Amino acid sequence: MNTDTRSMVRITVNGKVHEQQIDHRSTLLDLLRETLRLTGTKKGCDHGQCGACTVLVDGQRVLSCLKLVVTLDDASVVTIEGLDTDGVHPLQEAFVARDALQCGYCTPGQVCSAIGAMDEARRGWPSLVTPDLANAEVELSTLSREEIRERMSGNLCRCGAYPSIVDAIEDVARQDANGTV
Amino acid sequence: MKPLSYARPRTQAEAAALVRRSPDAVFIAGGTNLTDLMKLDVVTPDLLVDVQDLDLTELTHHEWGTVVGAGVTNAGLAGDIGIRRRYPLVSEAILAGASGQIRNAASIAGNLLQRTRCGYFQDVTKPCNKRSPGSGCPAIAGAHRELGVLGTSEHCVATHPSDMAVALAALDAVVRVRRATGSVSALTLDELYRLPGDRPDRDTTLEPGDLVTAVELPAPTGAPSRYRKVRDRTSFAFALVSVAAMLKVEDGVAVDVRLAYGGVAPRPWRARTAEAALLGERPTDSLITQALQAEFATARPLPDNAFKINLAASLTRAVVRDLAPAQKAGR
Ligand SMILES: Cc1cc2nc3c(=O)[nH]c(=O)nc-3n(C[C@H](O)[C@H](O)[C@H](O)COP(=O)(O)OP(=O)(O)OC[C@H]3O[C@@H](n4cnc5c(N)ncnc54)[C@H](O)[C@@H]3O)c2cc1C
Ligand code: SF4
Ligand code: FES
Ligand code: FES
Repeated sequence: MNTDTRSMVRITVNGKVHEQQIDHRSTLLDLLRETLRLTGTKKGCDHGQCGACTVLVDGQRVLSCLKLVVTLDDASVVTIEGLDTDGVHPLQEAFVARDALQCGYCTPGQVCSAIGAMDEARRGWPSLVTPDLANAEVELSTLSREEIRERMSGNLCRCGAYPSIVDAIEDVARQDANGTV
Repeated sequence: MKPLSYARPRTQAEAAALVRRSPDAVFIAGGTNLTDLMKLDVVTPDLLVDVQDLDLTELTHHEWGTVVGAGVTNAGLAGDIGIRRRYPLVSEAILAGASGQIRNAASIAGNLLQRTRCGYFQDVTKPCNKRSPGSGCPAIAGAHRELGVLGTSEHCVATHPSDMAVALAALDAVVRVRRATGSVSALTLDELYRLPGDRPDRDTTLEPGDLVTAVELPAPTGAPSRYRKVRDRTSFAFALVSVAAMLKVEDGVAVDVRLAYGGVAPRPWRARTAEAALLGERPTDSLITQALQAEFATARPLPDNAFKINLAASLTRAVVRDLAPAQKAGR
């Protein structure tokens, strides 16, 4: 057993491998913001209640404020800074086109969460509002606005930009041909 | 948070031995409840024993039922096509809880063993019998609107927050446990969860080092089912009251009826008294009202949560109307 209070952790962030001694108490959110200086990911509540800290871990959306880094040895993390290495992700463009933000504080979390949510829909996962959840075939390109709202309910926006956030996600979802967005 | 050590063992025996070695050692799965409680200093472990390499991710369907490994994620279980077809109640209940991000990280065992959301429990500046035994229960005279009415005691009125567990209770699921000693037990949810009595600090009958390894669901009965949850906002909120209902009607009478409630008790509350009152009868509104009165006869409502009793009854009437539309004529 390891009685140390720190361990060596190997974690890939936006394609770059980091090998570091990590205090076992460190959350992924604090590693990203304080150590790696990737401050795009935001700390809203630090308790899982707002979604501002959402990032993708091994392709799935999770809350970085509730993830201890030490549990992520060998994991690969993508943050808002690493969504698209060639520039701007289509969803980011849609957020701009639809004016889906005011202060912008919740936006990185909204965008990462929406990317995860779209991928879940592409995998055929239902949500609570999916009609006939037992048998339904879920498709991203035909997801209703109600579905998008339910799937995004873990991301709060104090500015109330919700309608435009749904517009932006809908724009990108409609173009989906089951490829990668 | 105090400094702590961490281990990621490869065998269940090693994991159990590690947790038994220190009174302050705990298992960690998704961490979505534990990390939160550690930040609040409600839980102060000196060692985290990670369960991710313990081979707990089985998800297999059989004629006799389904095995769900304790490490399967909540999202993975809800999205599994076999679960959706065979036990849609489980998918619905999971999807009614938390958020997409949380369900991706959360495990089945962690969901079952998550702690109460009582505000005093989460605030170490306040007394709380569950967190520090003998210090008192400020919720009884204070904020208890979200808290329980059934199975509570003068020492604690907290509720168990899980939605999934309510569906599992209705389905007669069994929780497989590897005891710290190496033996294996299979517990019903009523055997897993304790009522508070004068020891509200103990949520379950598990001993240190006992590892939840899987949940077993018996073969699907084919009875139509429904999970409904009433909460303060439409999504991403804990239940005020929820119900997991299964109802099979033949010739106008209920031939199979299961009812379990969330948000009302320290554990998912299987309503066997109400079920017995409905079985073999026409499930009319008035009979449901009577059945629920009988179920809640032992309730200990407090001024601000007494509404849950009527809410449970009206929710049940609504769900039964959904599940047995042919019964409308019989009302
Ligand atoms: C903002 C927010 C909203 C939420 N809303 C809901 C909701 O509406 N409905 C709902 O049901 N839930 C809700 N949740 C709770 C969520 O479902 C739980 O946090 C989650 O299921 C816990 O799973 P985990 O794997 O992360 O557990 P962890 O936090 O890792 O562990 C929880 C407990 O289980 C123990 N444990 C874990 N695995 C094992 C094992 N194999 N054997 C023995 N012990 C084990 C740990 O020691 C710990 O005590 C919400 C959570 C948050 C933060
Ligand atoms: S209801 Fe239970 S958890 Fe809440 S303050 Fe009272 S003892 Fe603590
Ligand atoms: S900062 Fe993580 S959910 Fe609010
Ligand atoms: S844009 Fe301000 S919080 Fe969402």
